[in-house]
Amino acid sequence: MIPVTHVLVLSAALFAIGVSGVILRRNAIVVFMSVELMLNAVNVAFVGFAYGLNSMTGIMFVLFVLVVAATEAVVGLAIMLAIFRNRGTLNIDEFNLLRW
Amino acid sequence: MLVFFYLFAAAAVLGALGVLLLRNPVYCALSLVATMSALGGVFILLNQEFVAAIQILIYAGAIMVLFLFVIMLLNLRSDEQFIARWNPGKVVGIAMALVILAQLVGVFTSASATLGPAGEYPAERIAKEGAVEIVGGLLVTQYVLPFEVASILLMVAIIGAVVIAKRQIAKPSQEGR
Repeated sequence: MIPVTHVLVLSAALFAIGVSGVILRRNAIVVFMSVELMLNAVNVAFVGFAYGLNSMTGIMFVLFVLVVAATEAVVGLAIMLAIFRNRGTLNIDEFNLLRW
Repeated sequence: MLVFFYLFAAAAVLGALGVLLLRNPVYCALSLVATMSALGGVFILLNQEFVAAIQILIYAGAIMVLFLFVIMLLNLRSDEQFIARWNPGKVVGIAMALVILAQLVGVFTSASATLGPAGEYPAERIAKEGAVEIVGGLLVTQYVLPFEVASILLMVAIIGAVVIAKRQIAKPSQEGR
């Protein structure tokens, strides 16, 4: 029997690493990977709770998180292709077109 | 079993740190593949073989291959300034990430955080009926509306990706530019 708390701490660690990646990295694709990492951390928490509570609700949430992650990856990478075609870079410091 | 859990958890955290610290985006992507495979192992240890299978098939297989394709397609240089430029925003950002970690760990490990009443799917029932059967049954009964919404979302994403990513075709009204 794995303690649920340990699973949740693993989830928190992965989420914090993902947050730092989003804040620290300047490459848009790596930022995107960090977002995927955060989604994975949430999945770990869901599965951990489902394991501890003998419930399937968390598993269903994991499935829908997976759908959202897949759509987000597809649309986000398409946006990055379009941006790279227009600006020639993926450094997020240089995307300031919407800054006022 | 607990030993394997710690092994997979350590592998997952190491891979995540690789995503955070490696310079080359290709190495970051491969590191993330390692993280997701290790999380698949964690899910197997938590009695969720189906989630582990889709984790490895969809996340490590499909999504990360898409990332790698885009990285190769864009031919990115790995001259990203990472440590060289420290500014106050980054220091505040790291502090915020640490605060988030401390808060999450504090909530998860506090004495008042106890699990609610147990549900009706213990490991023996999942093993007897099969995880795929249970998930499939729930998807078309209790969760049928989110299931249909997810299918619409996937279709919108496919169309949106094609529209955004294809090269601009010169329309007659734009030919003068």
